[in-house]
Amino acid sequence: MTARLSLRGLTRRFGSVAALDGVSLDVPAGEFLALLGGSGSGKSTLLRVVAGFEVADSGTVHLDGTDLSGVPPHRRPVNMMFQSYALFPHMTVAANIAYGLRREGRPRAEIADRVAQAVAMLRLEGMEARRPHALSGGQRQRVALARALVKRPRLLLLDEPLGALDANLRERTGFELRAIQRESGAALIMVTHDQAEALALADRVAVMDHGRLVQQGAPREVYDRPATRFVAEFLGAANVLEGRRTPDGALECPAAACTLRPAAPLPEGVTAVALRPERIRLAPAKDDNSAAGTVAEAAFRGESSLLLIRLAGGALLRVSHAEEDGAPPERGTPVRVGWDADAVVPLHG
Amino acid sequence: MRIALRLIPGLWLALLVAAPLALVGVMALSWQAEGVPPYSPPWAGEGTNPENLRLLAEDPYYRDSLGQSLLVAALTAALCLLLAIPMGIAIARAGKWRNALLGAVLLPFWTGFLIRIGAWIGLLRDEGWINAIIRGLGWTDQPLHLLYTHGAMLVGMVHAYLPFAVLPLFAAATRLDPLLEQAAEDLGATPGRAFLTITLPQLLPALAAAFLLVFIPAAGEYVIPELLGPPNATLVGRVLFQEFFQSRDWPVASALAVALLVLLIGPIILFQRLGRAA
Repeated sequence: MTARLSLRGLTRRFGSVAALDGVSLDVPAGEFLALLGGSGSGKSTLLRVVAGFEVADSGTVHLDGTDLSGVPPHRRPVNMMFQSYALFPHMTVAANIAYGLRREGRPRAEIADRVAQAVAMLRLEGMEARRPHALSGGQRQRVALARALVKRPRLLLLDEPLGALDANLRERTGFELRAIQRESGAALIMVTHDQAEALALADRVAVMDHGRLVQQGAPREVYDRPATRFVAEFLGAANVLEGRRTPDGALECPAAACTLRPAAPLPEGVTAVALRPERIRLAPAKDDNSAAGTVAEAAFRGESSLLLIRLAGGALLRVSHAEEDGAPPERGTPVRVGWDADAVVPLHG
Repeated sequence: MRIALRLIPGLWLALLVAAPLALVGVMALSWQAEGVPPYSPPWAGEGTNPENLRLLAEDPYYRDSLGQSLLVAALTAALCLLLAIPMGIAIARAGKWRNALLGAVLLPFWTGFLIRIGAWIGLLRDEGWINAIIRGLGWTDQPLHLLYTHGAMLVGMVHAYLPFAVLPLFAAATRLDPLLEQAAEDLGATPGRAFLTITLPQLLPALAAAFLLVFIPAAGEYVIPELLGPPNATLVGRVLFQEFFQSRDWPVASALAVALLVLLIGPIILFQRLGRAA
């Protein structure tokens, strides 16, 4: 099966900075892919290359097996929702949504029909005659989405679609987005810097850093088994501990004053491991995969508390302490922490 | 102090706008007379003179001069817009070159107006630079008569008034979101279509403002038609000059000035409305 969207070796340089550095990625039909990365990671450039606004220095973009190089934006069966929404201020909501269909030269009746469908799907009834400036942020977001969806694109590109919404609306809109995408069957790429958003909504997450695609996979897989230090720290702010690999495949970590022993022996050359804050427990027995320290800071976070624990070797460990496990220890309390062998994840680079 | 500050603009308006206007209005209803000044006002015994205004309505010479002036002004404004639309947008999007290009648009104001007209005469006359180049290329032995034509007049008018059209369009273009054209293209519009359906409609108020900003002063222009235009281009400015200084018929000249002002009141009000809307 060929992928709906297939990127091979995409590279785009701005001066000496590589915004995209040899990115290869496949998106099957019907998939919701989250492209996750910090600012300047190249994720927006990737979107603009696929939409046709940016030309890659090298590499190819194929949509359903057709090479898109040299195809101008207006001839690509791909629609983009801009971060700022880019609604046309001089047109009504209905005219904004109808714009793309008018350009296709569809008959009036069909345009009216499809606009009405899009309006109903995104619950914009009664707003048709309004101008964008008379809408709330959430309504504008839905108009922008309707405008892109009404064209029934084979691939939908969303640039930080939830960025401009407040936290409450963001969660609800995210789930709506997921439902609409399932219903429409379009492949969807959502660019975001919000890891929670990416993990919650996407079928697959691709993490970008400095123009490179550093890891891709199902949200749980990427979260549980981060491949590199960057992914480990970017997703869920894991603890990264460095040390020396012992001959039997454990990691001797002077900063933690302990030995970390993973479920399977560490591969040769690995000198760092990731340890998720929520996989660390207080007060286990003294053996490998445990360490002594004192509570340096405790922050209440609602369903859990975040503890910063200064280990005997000097390392500062982030520990998530669930509320149901009782009150967290006070600052300055000496504690012993431990973790399961399968919580120790080897990092490559 | 505050009262004085408020009085100053009032005084200014009264002295430099209302008083001359009243004077012209009175003159338009006066009789031509020998002497200094060469008219006798309505209160000098002969009463008001309705002849001047009737003459304007009946004599095609005056009617045509008003019509020609409005036509030339409209043509000038239209040509200015055609040039100013791409210029304004290009300058707004020129990035670090923006200020330099804007300076270039305003640069002609740094030289005297008459000197610039003189330069056009130097370029266009029979022994001028353009004819010298054409002769040098061997295209023709006979000089092309470029100067004192309607073409030369329009070139001069567009040259003089272009900055007034560029500035409002530039200002409006800087407020455009360049992503909107991209969004239009993303939705299937060709770049040309995106310009026509997205960019141009958003510039409409600025286009109207630019048109009127050129049209209103151009309608009363005297110097450019006089120096570059053909002898038969009897625009209202030239007729005014003739009546004032050659026929010494101040009342008819005043009536003509009042007529032009009345014709321009509509566009002026329109311009101020647009200014408030923008």
